[in-house]
Formats: sequence, C-alpha cells, structure tokens
Amino acid sequence: MPGDLWEGRIVIVGASLAGLRAAETLREEGFTGPLTLVGEEPRPPYDRPPLSKQVLLGTTTADATRLPTRRDPDADWRLGVAATGLDPLAKRVLLADGESLPYDRLLIATGTRARPWPHPEQAALDGVLPLRTSDDAAQLADRLAAGPRRVLVIGGGFTGSEIASACREQGIEVTVAERGSGPLVGALGGTLSKLAAGLQRAHGVDLRCGVTVTALSGDGKGRFTGAGLSDGSHIDADVCVIALGAVRNVEWLADTGLAAGPHGVACDAGCRAFTMYGIVTDDVFVAGDVSRFPHPLFDYQLLSLEHWGNAVTQAEVAAHNMVHPGPHRRPHLGVPVFWSTQFGVNIKSVGVPTFSDQVVIAQGSLAERRLVAVYGYRGRVTAAVTVNMAKWLEHYQSLIETAAPFPPAPGAADGHPLVAEFPVPSDVPDPKGLSHGPTVALTGHLPDRRLTVVRPGS
Amino acid sequence: MQIVVDLTRCQAYAQCVFLAPEVFRLSGEEALLYRPDVPDDQLERVRQAAAACPVQAILIGEAVRADAR
Amino acid sequence: MAFDTLLERITDYANRPDPYPLYAELRAAGVARQTDGSYLIGGYHDIVALLHDPRISSDRRHRAAPYRGLSEDDELLVPFIRLDDPEHHRLRSKAMRPFGPPHSPGRIDALRGEIARITEELVDGLRGRTRIDIVDDFAYPLPVTVICRLLGVPREDEPVFRDWSTTIVDAFDVRSGEDAAKRQLAGAQARTQMGHYLVELAERRRGRPTDDMLSAFVNDPGPAGEFTREELAANGTLLLVAGHETTVNLITNGALTLLRHPDQRDRLRREPELMPAAVEELLRYEPPVHLLPRVPLAHIDVAGTTLPKGVPVVLALASGSRDPKRFRDPDRFAPARQDNQHLGFGSGIHLCYGAPLARIEAQTALSALLPLLGAATLVEDPPPYRHSALLRGPRHLPIEVPPSAPAT
Repeated sequence: MPGDLWEGRIVIVGASLAGLRAAETLREEGFTGPLTLVGEEPRPPYDRPPLSKQVLLGTTTADATRLPTRRDPDADWRLGVAATGLDPLAKRVLLADGESLPYDRLLIATGTRARPWPHPEQAALDGVLPLRTSDDAAQLADRLAAGPRRVLVIGGGFTGSEIASACREQGIEVTVAERGSGPLVGALGGTLSKLAAGLQRAHGVDLRCGVTVTALSGDGKGRFTGAGLSDGSHIDADVCVIALGAVRNVEWLADTGLAAGPHGVACDAGCRAFTMYGIVTDDVFVAGDVSRFPHPLFDYQLLSLEHWGNAVTQAEVAAHNMVHPGPHRRPHLGVPVFWSTQFGVNIKSVGVPTFSDQVVIAQGSLAERRLVAVYGYRGRVTAAVTVNMAKWLEHYQSLIETAAPFPPAPGAADGHPLVAEFPVPSDVPDPKGLSHGPTVALTGHLPDRRLTVVRPGS
Repeated sequence: MQIVVDLTRCQAYAQCVFLAPEVFRLSGEEALLYRPDVPDDQLERVRQAAAACPVQAILIGEAVRADAR
Repeated sequence: MAFDTLLERITDYANRPDPYPLYAELRAAGVARQTDGSYLIGGYHDIVALLHDPRISSDRRHRAAPYRGLSEDDELLVPFIRLDDPEHHRLRSKAMRPFGPPHSPGRIDALRGEIARITEELVDGLRGRTRIDIVDDFAYPLPVTVICRLLGVPREDEPVFRDWSTTIVDAFDVRSGEDAAKRQLAGAQARTQMGHYLVELAERRRGRPTDDMLSAFVNDPGPAGEFTREELAANGTLLLVAGHETTVNLITNGALTLLRHPDQRDRLRREPELMPAAVEELLRYEPPVHLLPRVPLAHIDVAGTTLPKGVPVVLALASGSRDPKRFRDPDRFAPARQDNQHLGFGSGIHLCYGAPLARIEAQTALSALLPLLGAATLVEDPPPYRHSALLRGPRHLPIEVPPSAPAT
C-alpha cells in the first residue's frame, strides 16, 4: 500500500510559488507518477514580492522575476487555463477549456487575487490598476515611469505602503487613503502603525487615515483624474492603485462539499482538506495563501496567511504527506514569518501580532526607527516585529514556540532593561474597519474578541 | 540563471551585497533588494554570494521550463 | 576525565594541534562548568541561541567582581566587538561606512584585482624554491599587505605594529585559571600605542583625502558624525589587528587541510568553481576563531543548566561547527558540503565585520596555491602552532617542493 503513494496521478491546481515548490518536493520525495500543474496565468511561476519593490523602482522588469527551480519537476504544465470546477467523487478537475483532468491526489494551491474596486465602471477607468500579477506590475511600472503628477493608493496595508514607498523613492507625489487609523494597523496594531505613519509622512507621503474613497472620477473620455474622499476632500491624480487586500480563489470549489469560503479552504495540520461537515479528506490537500489551517500556538484557531514563507513550507509539508502514509506524515507547525521593505526600513514579523492584547518595545526605540516590538496575549509571548533589527528575530521566535511569559524578562544587551517601556494595549482593530485586508487573519472565535469577518453573500 | 532570496530567513548580514554589489543592494540599513535575473557576467559573484550567505537563503537555478506535454 | 577541566585542557598548548576530541567531550557534557566557576558551551544549537539572545553581553565590564580584569571599568579604548547595542551598532555602522553596504557596497569587490595581483607577486616569489614556509612566505604577508592598503597604513611599518599586534592578541587569549593581569596590562599598553599610531596616520590625511579607510574616517564621516580620537584609536586598532591575525590562520589552516586531503586538493584543481564552497567548509572544519567569551546579563537557562548573571561564558564556536546534531559526518572535510551554516564567523549582530574580505583573500590565496600544494609535502605534521587557543593556527607551515615541480 505505501508503495502506491509514489505512483498514481497527482494534479496541482495553482502554478505559483506553492504549486512549484510542492511539485519539486514531490519529485525529491520520490514520486514517479504523472504530475500536472494547472495555472490560470499564462506565465510560468514567478516571484511576487519584487513586483511592489524592484519592479516599480524600475531596477528589474516585471518579466524578469521568474522563480528558479531546485530541480525540474518533470510535470505537464497547463498554463493560461483556469480550473473551473471539481468533481470529488469522479476525482476530476474541470478546466475552463472544457477538459477534465483525472487525479488520484489533488493539491489546491490557487492562492489569491487582488480585491477589486467595488464599482466596475470606476475600476475600468484608464489609470486605475490593481497590483497582484506580473502584468499588473508591468503596467504600473510603466505608469510610474511616465511621471504622473500624483498617484492615489487606496489601502494602507503592506502592498499599498510599498507602492507609496516606490513612488516617493522616484520623487512621485503620492496620496495613501486608509479607512483604518493608520497604515499597517491591521497587521501590526496601533503602536507600530504610528511608526509606519511617521515614516510615510517623513518621506513626503500625503497620508489620509480614517477616510474612505467614495468615488473615482474620470475626464469623460474614460481617463482617471481623481477621487473624492469621505471627508469631502478631493484628490487630483493620474494613477490610482487599488490595494484593498486579497480575495481567495475558491469560487471553483463551490458545490464540491469542501470547506471553502472567503478565508480559504480549511485543512488539518497535515494539509488535508476538510469537507463542509468537518470531515477530513485523504486525497485533497491544500497549501499556500488559499489554505486555512489550525495552529496549536494560537489556540488551534484556523490561520489564513498571505506569506511567502508559509507558501513554501506548507507546500513542502503537503507534498510530503501526499506521498507518505499516516504515521510518516508531518504536521505544518511553522511559526508565521513575513517581511516588508519600505521607506528604507526592513520590517520583519514572527508569530501572529494580531493574536495579542499588549505590546512592549523590548529593544531599540521608536525614535531611532530601529526596534523589536514584542506582542503578548494573556501573559505569554505570541509575536514579535523587528524594524531594522532582523538579527534578533529568531530569539523571539523561540520565546513564541515555548509560550514564554509576557512581557519578556529584563536584561537586554541594549542599554536599557526590557521592561523600561511598559506594555501598552496592542490596539488590533477589527478588520471590518480597514481598507487593507490584513495579511494574517485569525479566522476562529475568541470569546472576548470579535475577529471573525462575516461577509454576507460571499 | 534566476535567483530568489528567502527573505523569511534573511537576517541582513549583507554578505551578498559585498560579494556581488551589481546584483544585491541594501535600501537603508537592512532592506535587501536584488536582481532576480542574473546576468552571465555576474554569475560567478552570485555563486560566491550564495555560498557565503550565513543563513543559506539564496537559491540559484534555471527558470522552470513549464511546457505542456 | 572531568568536564570541569575542559577549558584548561582545550587551552593547554599540548592540545593545540587537535582540540577536536575535547570539543566532542564538551558536547557530550552539554554545558560544562569549569573549576573557576565559568561555563563552557559547545553545542551548535545552544551557541546559536545564545548569540541571538539579547541577555548575552559582549562587554566584559558586565562580569561579576571576581571575574573582572584589572581596571576594565574605566577603560576608554573599547572597540565595537566588545560592546553591546546601541553603542555597538553606532560604532560598527561608522566603521562600516567606508568598508561596505549601505554606503560603500562595492569597496571590497573592487579590491579583487589588487588582491589577485598581490597574491600573484607572492606566488612568483615562491617559484623555484624547494623549501617554503606557507605562513611567513605567503599567508601572513598577503592579508597584511591588503589590510595596510585598505586602511592606509604604510606597509613598511609592519615590523612596528607586528609586535603590538602579537601582544594584543596574547592579551585576548582565553586561558583557564592563570592570572591574566600581566598579559592584559601589556595588551592595554600595546593597544594605546597602536591607537596613537593610527590616529596620527588619520590626522595626516585630514583635508588631504587619500583612497583608504583612515582617510575616509576623518574626511567623510557621514551624518552620524566623526569618531572621537578614542573611538578611532580603539576601532582602527581592531580593524588592523583582526584584519591580519585571523586571515593568516584561515589561509594556513586551508593549505594544511588540503595537504592532508590530497583527494580533495586534486578535486579542487579539477573543479575550481568549488572554491567558494570549499572556503566555507574550511571555516567550519578548521576555523581561525575557536572561542568567543560572553557574559550573561541575567540568569539564562541553557540545556537544563542555569548560566548565572555576570559569570563568564565561553562559546566554543569550533565545537559547534563540528556538532553531529547539526552537520552530517562533521569530522569529514567535504568541500562541496550543502547547507553549511557554520559558525566560522560567529552569528548575530557581531558576525565578523571583515568576513567578505577574508573570504575573497582565502579563495584567491588557496586557488593560487593549489598547483604548488599539488606537488608539495608537509615537513612536519602537525606543524608548530601559535600559542593562542582562541585564534588558532600554525606558527609555521614548512613544506618541501621537488625541484622539478612547477610553482604554479
């Protein structure tokens, strides 16, 4: 029986980072059967983080970010064709071109897409762009290179902030409009959001928080010219970037009986998909941004992460488990880590900052814009964020993994004891009140917190 | 050849910037930016950078061919 | 034997040629408390955790009273290597400005040609000789010439600063039990003298910039401002000493290891593209820096033992790099080894400042030596070692080359 797992047909739906790394791992682990990768985009797998940084700065072109392979996955690639459905009984993936692909085991790695501007006719204006794909980045880079008078970025999350940073580095005027109290607040809470706001303003960003964009307007010839804000003001701009966060690509799984919804496809710690009844499947696996998985360090809540590193490690675990029988399977227990580079600083995070009630500056200081912020929940360390102090991050990861007491013990080799600045509330807002989707979402339920997003109709 | 740096692992030791400054650069003190498509004349330096990375975060490889069968 | 004499045995000169069995004993002990109360740690994962732990200090002034050296409290000349953040970061960043990124990203890369030229000249001088000392004839003059050029120190002053440097290194050595006061006093005097010497050199360039780091320190200090005289003296001394006392060992240990492993030496001649990985493997297998002293600022639990606040800890980096819990077949020299996250340059915020320079020097030097080593035999094995257990390497490495052999 175990030998069978190295054979049979495997289909991976999603041909980006998670899909590619899963395919490589399957071959590294000894899978010899036919392997098919299905990708909606026509391009071979490419790396997305440079799209909002090097590509917008013009130091790299959008078509230059193709991912290197560890080894040739020896696969049949179906690119430029979306999966439109799944028949879990017949074990077939249905494609947009009418074909259906049989599988013995399936990996769902369809990721996310940019959340669109809710008004299609405004979104269609020339100059209104999302930023998710390589083509999006190429278009936006061209627009920036043309020297717009002003760029309006809607949403102050990581992507929106990085776009604003790239604009300012090239001397382009930019307005960031965010419904929440500040940039990055949905991921990092109030204290570091203030630091991010300070950084933006120090670099000349026109930052508008606590406002919504009410309408995008054009010149009558279909060209974007500006936007109205909820405070009654108007922004004249040539380019508008929609940075409202991401939507999970789960529509093709409707009516399959899988537990697929706005937060992704639920799976167990071994990356096996759940049905809507909470029954675990054994032939459907999930990895990457589209997954929603339980984590013991965060009260077994289901986590939805839009993290590069999670896509890699979860794909590797899923692939391993697809070709190993029960007792040899591994859990996906990696602590979430992400990074963002903007305005000349390197922000790195470990753990789940939104799973917190307090935060303390453990090393460095807000004034220097060099610090370690440690987050706690009910007296234990649950996350840490470094700003230009990345070398310390792994220490705090070990505190998270061992559920160390919060605030951390004094004695930092940093000129002041760790608790010199007392913990303050971490001010994690309800995601409903934000323009940017948080890149980490706790999708379970805490009695004292309301973190579940309910989106009627979706 | 293509490269990708696992910035989840990167701790900003900047050894790659010293050894291949045409391909890797720092924005500010820590933020690493790089050219994913390595020009042939930089490949030797990039190999040195990958060997030197204290957290072994640099992957060099061919772009996947991604052909249909 | 008892674990509490391990540091004594590791630092015993008789064990200099092969401390590795003692490191294996240390790893088996976990955390080893020594007879003088200090602690010795040799496991890879424990060392890495401590090097990233903000409760560990590099500043000796945090030692508890019985462990403190003479007059360390009012010492003015402390280089960044022996300081904690934020002072460490402030001074290291200033020192980095003319040396590397973000301000001078191409500085070391631009030295490649000159390093290759200096190496060629030294190899030319070995041509036709049948007896060569790898240390005196090659591995010492190469990094000294490079660091002199880079810092802006006249090469002909080498006899002057060589004595200071030896005294300074001797003062920093880790030795168990022995009264270190005399060595430390001599070291402090030598540091003062070298510091004065370097400040003088820098001052002569003020307003008349030349293409070297001392000149940059006084003429282009950047937004963070200029080093004070004391800071320049302390950190300039560090760069000059570290710039040549460590790389000589890396190159010499490399030559010795290749002579001991003729199969790997021949493989490197066939596959020269393996040299960068081979130098990383040398940094793991025969590193130039073996021990790193630290002080806990709080009680810290490591592998079930509590390191008390203020009591010195010695991290045996060279032991961590041979830990079978991290490296497969750790006692084998494997130049093509993958996933080689060795501790040859340390880890964390104090990771060796000069690492990129040392790498380029070692790669260039060993590549140039390979043809010679292919024909040579060791005169003595083990060769005579330097005294230091901390900066470990041969004092001489005599080899014999048959008269007919090509020198390059």
